[in-house]
Amino acid sequence: MPPLTARRLWVSIGLLSAGFAACVMVCASIGSSHHTLLDLLRQDGGGETAAATILRIRLPRILMAALAGAALGASGAVFQAVLRNPLADPYILGVSGGAALGAFLATAAGLQALAPVLPVREAAAFLGAAATVGSLFLLSSAGGRLLSYPMLLIGVIMNTVYLAVILLIETVVDFTRLHGVRLWMIGSIPIEGYGLVGGLSVLLVLGVAGLSLSGRDLNLLSAGEDAARSLGVTVERTRLVTVLLASLVTAAVVSVAGPIGFVGLIVPHAARLVFGPDHRLLVPASALTGAIFLMTADTAARTVMAPTEIPVGVITALCGGPFFLWLYRRQGGGGYFE
Amino acid sequence: MSDPRAAGVPILSVHEVRFRHHGAATALFEDLSLHVAPGEFLGVIGPNGSGKTTLLRLLAGVAGPAGGEVRLAGRPIRTIAPPERARQVAVVFQETRVLFNFSVLEIALMGRAPRLGRWGMERPEDFAAARAALAEMDLADQEDRHLHELSSGERQRALIARALAQEPRIVLMDEPTAFLDLKHRLQIYAILTRLNRDRGLTVVATSHDLNLAARYGSRLVLLHKGRVAADGPPASVLTAARIREVYETEARVERDAATGAPYVVPIAPVR
Repeated sequence: MPPLTARRLWVSIGLLSAGFAACVMVCASIGSSHHTLLDLLRQDGGGETAAATILRIRLPRILMAALAGAALGASGAVFQAVLRNPLADPYILGVSGGAALGAFLATAAGLQALAPVLPVREAAAFLGAAATVGSLFLLSSAGGRLLSYPMLLIGVIMNTVYLAVILLIETVVDFTRLHGVRLWMIGSIPIEGYGLVGGLSVLLVLGVAGLSLSGRDLNLLSAGEDAARSLGVTVERTRLVTVLLASLVTAAVVSVAGPIGFVGLIVPHAARLVFGPDHRLLVPASALTGAIFLMTADTAARTVMAPTEIPVGVITALCGGPFFLWLYRRQGGGGYFE
Repeated sequence: MSDPRAAGVPILSVHEVRFRHHGAATALFEDLSLHVAPGEFLGVIGPNGSGKTTLLRLLAGVAGPAGGEVRLAGRPIRTIAPPERARQVAVVFQETRVLFNFSVLEIALMGRAPRLGRWGMERPEDFAAARAALAEMDLADQEDRHLHELSSGERQRALIARALAQEPRIVLMDEPTAFLDLKHRLQIYAILTRLNRDRGLTVVATSHDLNLAARYGSRLVLLHKGRVAADGPPASVLTAARIREVYETEARVERDAATGAPYVVPIAPVR
């Protein structure tokens, strides 16, 4: 693939945005009740049920799924570059789990009462995510180098501990809610009001734009820390800024939808195959691809066994687990991985 | 050229540098000083652990000393903004792996980063510089291949092309021929010599291969236990007595009839 040019950057983002818009329209027309977007265009607006189903139930959920997918896709691409680990993903590394624990603790402590004034749940999720990334850096570096496999192992362990803590607290507080917590922990897209969806959209667009602007530094980091430094990158600052931004967008969606697995792993690799490795395009492309992927997965989640719903995390895990193993096995071939 | 004082201000200089590896009990360098003259080809030799790579990282400004300082054309290198420093000093590290499927041309274009605004895309002149560097390295017809598909010799050349695309005044190389076969070793050194001679590029290269270093370096610095054990023209640095002391190896030092350079024939480790 030829190197990235401004033309290819904007054409790719334009095409992906068009694909995204088309996907929103298709997903909004699929559901257990057979209303489609076309109903809304009819003289009578398709009747009240069509409008209510599509605008108040399906669309907010579709947009929420898109936001979650965008956040996880973009932060997956960033974590893979910054941690120099192609198997990294906010879920596998425990970043999503940390965010989930933070959000859960804030709720369990009754801090939700402050929610109209302060975004306590989101802030607690961010603290959990940032603390997890901080520990990952501390625990998996040796002699100034980050070690790939210890990092994954530590992420798995942290995930397990987080889940245990959440289940323990829920058992002590109110064990009848355990089932609900378990469902939330695998990730599912709730139907939220447009206020929250709008707020998250603003945060995400700014976050993904900020991360994309670090794209060249992320490219140079792929060549190694010292190489990046010798090419003029201030590695520590780039790391701090990108990791905090990626944790922030991850935490924001996890506090709403729970820790959805593997989106951040699959999406950047798929996007890299189509759009190339340059992070100036890869980061926004992963955001849009992630949005399309999770919207589609969530539409499947709410329709394939309708009226029973599958948590979307089940679908992403069923796709993602085998994908991870395939990717891991591929490491034997060539220096694609470290 | 071998005497830095004769050449005026050194282009790179190390002043009373102290350095200790993170977590190490003892310091690697206690009080290290040396100069690199503009336009010279300096070979840095020394046994494992003598600090060659660390010296290179300090000279490149990617690592900071605990005391003393490194100066680039008289200015403390750690006070120079990283992109400005990168326009003058390019480094080829031993680590040649690059994550993800970047192409050879994309790797060479990375050398243009210090010359671009933070968010600007590469301009036509950047493509021209990257392609010229690839041509210099005999990789003109390989620009679309992925770095990880290349042989180690080609990969090493691609990374040298990245350094040349930086259009630096100084190139620092850490073991540029470590994984290369005979032909490619000579090829890399021949290219470096040509750039040094024709363009006045200052080259500092570490090496375990004493004979290559002696043949191509105009001056050698021998590091031993964190000190400069010898510094001067190859023939004065490479003596049997010094090789015995520093490398703990019995060796015979001859003179290569064709090149005139000293030639080390190792015999056996000192017991």
